[in-house]
Amino acid sequence: MEAIKAGYDVYELRKQFPVLQRELKGKPLVYFDNAATSQKPRIVIDALVDYYSNYNANIHRGIHTLAEEATAAYEASREACRDFIGASSTEEIIFTRGTTEGINLVSHTWGRQNISKGDEIIISTLEHHSNIVPWQMLAEEKGAIIRVIPINDQGDILLDEYYKLLNSRTKLVSIVHASNSLGIINPVREIIEAAHHVGAVAMLDGAQSTVHLDINVVELDCDFFAFSSHKLYGPTGVGVLYGKKELLEAMPPFHGGGEMIKEVSFEKTTYNDLPYKFEAGTPNIADTIAMKTAIDFIHALGKDHIRRHENALLQYGTEQLSLLNGVRIIGNVADKVSVISFVVDGIHPQDLGILLDNQGIAVRTGSHCTMPLMQCLNISGTTRASFAAYNTHEEIDRLVKGLDKAINMLL
Amino acid sequence: MPGSIEQIEQEIVEEFSLFDSWEDKYEYIIDMGKKLPPLSDVHKTEENKIKGCQSQVWMHSNQEDGKVYYQADSDAMIVKGLISMLVRVFSGQTPEDIIHAPVTFIDEIGMTSHLAQTRSNGLRAMLKQMKLDALVWKSKN
Repeated sequence: MEAIKAGYDVYELRKQFPVLQRELKGKPLVYFDNAATSQKPRIVIDALVDYYSNYNANIHRGIHTLAEEATAAYEASREACRDFIGASSTEEIIFTRGTTEGINLVSHTWGRQNISKGDEIIISTLEHHSNIVPWQMLAEEKGAIIRVIPINDQGDILLDEYYKLLNSRTKLVSIVHASNSLGIINPVREIIEAAHHVGAVAMLDGAQSTVHLDINVVELDCDFFAFSSHKLYGPTGVGVLYGKKELLEAMPPFHGGGEMIKEVSFEKTTYNDLPYKFEAGTPNIADTIAMKTAIDFIHALGKDHIRRHENALLQYGTEQLSLLNGVRIIGNVADKVSVISFVVDGIHPQDLGILLDNQGIAVRTGSHCTMPLMQCLNISGTTRASFAAYNTHEEIDRLVKGLDKAINMLL
Repeated sequence: MPGSIEQIEQEIVEEFSLFDSWEDKYEYIIDMGKKLPPLSDVHKTEENKIKGCQSQVWMHSNQEDGKVYYQADSDAMIVKGLISMLVRVFSGQTPEDIIHAPVTFIDEIGMTSHLAQTRSNGLRAMLKQMKLDALVWKSKN
């Protein structure tokens, strides 16, 4: 029944993930920490092994066959990423180490060039530390000001308050597309449009949204968009920064070194064309190539099928967890990615995490790198269960049962 | 008069040897956490907070007749139970004995994972702080 609704057989899918076959504390592993990182299918692991076994070579300038093969695979991944987020050109796809590096790249290059004393940068209360700290560092350096969009009790961004923050000094609006802590999907179209209305640049932190939602950066009209491979069934240590071509062209390079140059003399260096201008040094070739395999894997399953399956899990999990005494879901809104964050009255999340782990269930507890959000919600942290394409209703039953047991042990 | 650090550690190991399921073990730890007398608010200061914990841990010590006495508290129950064992082992001992105690009972009762980085350093940071306090008391003698 579940499998038919999902459009794919979730039990067959699970067989493709080696780690899902393992046991934890004598029980089959329930992996509900997908918002931190997703597990990897066999084909992604194989792609890494294949690269190192068969065509490991440094890319771009080599004239031998291995270098050509590696370069072709590396650039094929760039094209897959372009297509995945609907960008117009591969020149706009810069490989990074992940979302955090993407945001730092923008703050260090565009930011240093365009932000000056008294300028304002708008972020929201929902931001991950990765989309707070780089801007704080920039603001400190330049004497700029950080403005924060408030949220309501459920975690929804207050758009009216956002509109009030916008003014002619607003130079940048950088917002999380989907909250890692609560799963809430932000009204990014409205946010971007209003930012552009005052001439500000708009950046999206797509770390959580890219695996769950259809992303089209042209339709969104965002100026920058950053995401990570490891949250979309791909390897760690690689991600993408999308930027509009005219912005990227005007920006100074991030790191200096090989690959990012056209010509070097001791007197003067001219920089390479996009996107290479931002990719100094030998990149993370293997992981970048395997990221394409992960994207192909998502396409093969069908993003809409995955979303339907995850939404069913989200709905079922929300219903079942709500039935437990003392459980309060934080950010229980209609528009969410498959994340359930909750608190239990009188119980510290860490205790729940430890007792669930002893039952073979992996969840995340704590502030989820969103300390200001936790302070705003007046909680020390939450317990977070986040679902991926391979999770099942039975696993949610295990979570609910395990949680019930943990609560009884603790109260 | 408490036994030596080694004797108390041995007692704890024997208590834990009676449990054969993780539930019993953790229920015992939780129970110890619940029984640990709460630290008064005057001692729950930033200074007494142990850094590096996902949960908050506070520890206060004083010295009487050449022995160190510890009080500790946490907002998380399992951590509280674990630190209550450290308090039980170290309270009433001399600074010298505390500083040199190898502390093996945590391994022996199968709680080593709580010393790991991923457990947000709770127990390890606590142990380190207790020994540092003992060192401070020793220097004042």
